[in-house]
Amino acid sequence: MTKATGQVHQQIEALYRSESRRVFATLLRLLGDFQLADEALQDAFTAALKQWPLDGVPANPRAWLVSTGRFKAIDGLRRQSRFVQGIDEFADQLEVDTPDFVAYADEDIEDDRLRLIFTCCHPALAEESRVALTLREVCGLTTEEIASAFLSRPTTIAQRIVRAKAKIRDANIPYQIPSAAELPERMSAVLQVLYLMYNEGYSASSGANVTRADVSTEAIRLAELLLDLNRDSNADTEIAGLLALMLLQESRRAARSDAQGELVLMADQDRRLWNRDYIDKGVVLVRRALKDGRFGPYSIQAAIAAIHAESVSAETTDWAEIVGLYDVLLRVNASPVIALNRAVALGMRDGPAAGAMAVDEIYERGDLADYHLLHAARADFNRQLGQYQAALVAYQAALGYAQQMPEIRFLEKRIAEMRAKLTK
Amino acid sequence: MKYLCLVYGEEAKIAAMDDAECMSCAEGLVESGHFIAGEALQPVETATTLRIRNGKVSYTDGPFAETKEQLAGFYLLDARDLNEALDKAAKIPPARVGSIEVRPIRELQPD
Repeated sequence: MTKATGQVHQQIEALYRSESRRVFATLLRLLGDFQLADEALQDAFTAALKQWPLDGVPANPRAWLVSTGRFKAIDGLRRQSRFVQGIDEFADQLEVDTPDFVAYADEDIEDDRLRLIFTCCHPALAEESRVALTLREVCGLTTEEIASAFLSRPTTIAQRIVRAKAKIRDANIPYQIPSAAELPERMSAVLQVLYLMYNEGYSASSGANVTRADVSTEAIRLAELLLDLNRDSNADTEIAGLLALMLLQESRRAARSDAQGELVLMADQDRRLWNRDYIDKGVVLVRRALKDGRFGPYSIQAAIAAIHAESVSAETTDWAEIVGLYDVLLRVNASPVIALNRAVALGMRDGPAAGAMAVDEIYERGDLADYHLLHAARADFNRQLGQYQAALVAYQAALGYAQQMPEIRFLEKRIAEMRAKLTK
Repeated sequence: MKYLCLVYGEEAKIAAMDDAECMSCAEGLVESGHFIAGEALQPVETATTLRIRNGKVSYTDGPFAETKEQLAGFYLLDARDLNEALDKAAKIPPARVGSIEVRPIRELQPD
């Protein structure tokens, strides 16, 4: 391989990393089928590897790849037409229906990405499939990478993706940006996927957590893209709210585990490790979201996160304001997890006895009985009140439901502390 | 593309619905060109299920599966895609008390 050829190959590799999902999204719109679009994408890059070293890199590589992929797909269909009836007509139709590549303006390409996101996050697909499909098709993660982020087997993830694609094809889920009337509801399904994706990458895990951080980064990137593409639409407030929430949570990543990978609670975190860039960006977005009347649960949660981010310590945090925001949030979304967070904030405002009472109320309702953080919160208030026996029992209950290694180690440490107190 | 919308619900709740409302829903679908067929069903106690095993037909009184929610009717719709089918299905009145299962029609491919 000559030096020039090597350079072109490097350029193509870089292009594959940065552009292949965009090219794929456009091919999918043109060809209307995941498998066809996938093959066309591979064929287009293979053709580039052959032709570009000879002819030079085209002026608009992305348009070249789309055009070549489309041509290869139509050509491939024609070659199958001897064996499969009706495919020739399909190929003719494709040729007529899809314009030539000069028309592929950049904004069309961004719209194609948006179409793909809405398709992958369609509410008719199972929730766990939406997340896997979005990571695979929109972000270009491999099945193995997704499996490792979700602590799941690659075959399980692959099956989910195959099933989702089959449903898209057989039930004819369209590649389409929802109308203005549908946009807020459909956007909320997309935002839910992004937040699930983000949390999957944010929840502490042991050892190799590189992929998990990547999943969070992808969620933030997609939220930024969504916000860019939906400025001034009727759905942009909550996109800004979610983006702010993710940035503010992300700002604490470096502080939430110590050098040994052990969990550090927010009250004990070294706040100098918090990422100021993310905080500043997040705070600007929250302010913007709260200013207009359409804000929803993400913006409110982001507002809570912003109060934490701007406080120098847990003691000086404005807990009254946080409890008030949780009250607003509960009115929008009466979820027991939010009630639990409110109870914890209440404990910070009014002391552990008030906190314990609020948490016990949730516990006695039977909500969240298998949620480790409910038991951990009960345990913590009991510990602060010096009721070590009750705390021990609750920490043990929490341990029974915890799944992440750092959380398990944290609870085991607390259990040992309680035992020591009781034997004294 | 064709979609079958299967209407499920507890029979008492379905029976309490206003037939006139269901009628005007169907008329709306005819007018917009989405309606292919649609009917309401008699209660499950009128159902008979048959199966053929080893060449012999057997009959049982009642529906194939005993569940709280029963099949109460159906619409066969012509829609551009799933989004349009779901949009139309959301306007079927029993959606408010029961549920609507939307299934794409499979074209038979003999040979």
